[in-house]
Amino acid sequence: MLGLPRWFHRWASPPHVYELAERWRPWLGGLALLTILGGAYGGLVLAPPDYLQGDSFRIIYVHVPSAYLSMMGYTLMAVAAAIGFVWRIKLAHAVAVSIAPIGASFTFLALVTGGIWGRPTWGTYWEWGDARLMFELLLLFLYLGYMALRASFEDRDKADRVSAILAVVGVVNVPIIHYSVEWWSTLHQGPTIAKLDTPSITFDMLAPLLVMIAGFTLCFAWLVLNRLQGEIVEREHDARWLRRFAEAVR
Amino acid sequence: MLFVGVVLCGVAVSAAFALRAFNENLLYFFSPTQVVAGEAPTERVFRLGGVVVEGSVVREPGSLTVEFLVTDYANTVPVRYTGVLPDLFREGQVAVARGRVDSSGVFTAEEVLAKHDENYRPPAVAEALEKGRAASGQ
Repeated sequence: MLGLPRWFHRWASPPHVYELAERWRPWLGGLALLTILGGAYGGLVLAPPDYLQGDSFRIIYVHVPSAYLSMMGYTLMAVAAAIGFVWRIKLAHAVAVSIAPIGASFTFLALVTGGIWGRPTWGTYWEWGDARLMFELLLLFLYLGYMALRASFEDRDKADRVSAILAVVGVVNVPIIHYSVEWWSTLHQGPTIAKLDTPSITFDMLAPLLVMIAGFTLCFAWLVLNRLQGEIVEREHDARWLRRFAEAVR
Repeated sequence: MLFVGVVLCGVAVSAAFALRAFNENLLYFFSPTQVVAGEAPTERVFRLGGVVVEGSVVREPGSLTVEFLVTDYANTVPVRYTGVLPDLFREGQVAVARGRVDSSGVFTAEEVLAKHDENYRPPAVAEALEKGRAASGQ
């Protein structure tokens, strides 16, 4: 019984998490690189072309992992911000701050790759009024709004608390993005794998996609750890543990 | 904690109302049945979506004008379009056309987009499926 709260508290301790990040970072980075290279080979070389779209379907191997991480990233950011807000854990806010620009980048990537695929497939880069496209764009604005809101405060504690509210409120958008293709008639197609039914994609095309999703997730984690270390250093720049750590590394 | 709960509830309620409004006003496209029933607007441009009927695509020789039928398997609307069709525009696949419907019931499109479905498969599998369908007499 005594062990559990202690284990929990360690996760709120910046030195502990900084050290863990330092240890995991190279592994995550290497594993992400290998997985993405393997998935890209599978997707670009091993997977057969689609019967209708030919080779242009292969953008799925970047688009779907990016879109997935854009939503997963926002959910994680909101959960971290909520934990920081409720239990006043500064490290949780640091996690949310670290996720924001990375999640925004994946959202941007999902929008851009979707447009590149949409031009030859649908006949247009972008359709105003398509619910899936609109809510994904809103997600990008939520990320950017979170960052802009933070930047408008001098005081970091105040920025943490106010921006956490925006992050938590915005999370309603995530299920809306997911179900938009089922609730409204959209140009964007329905779910291929994220449904209870069997996937509407053959295994030789699906396998590289799953590898790419794993690789992108590892890459996301690696990027977040990088930023989190920076964020911890910035927040704790005159803490004694950090000085000891720096001397040990030197 | 209480504050977060209250904020979340408020947001959930307002989101629910916003989505209801969306449901009524921001339908991306109308189905042929809605158009035939007169539910689609006649005075402004709207989008019509449905499956392109097999064998219905007729190209006017010497021009970019093309005519085809769009169906939801209950009703069918004829569409006229002058322009370049997207690569994935196929008979038996969903197309979304933006334009107006005239008094004779013909939909004149300014733009035609192809909606891709959620199915991905290699050509060999697609061919085998097609053969299977033909063999079972469907």
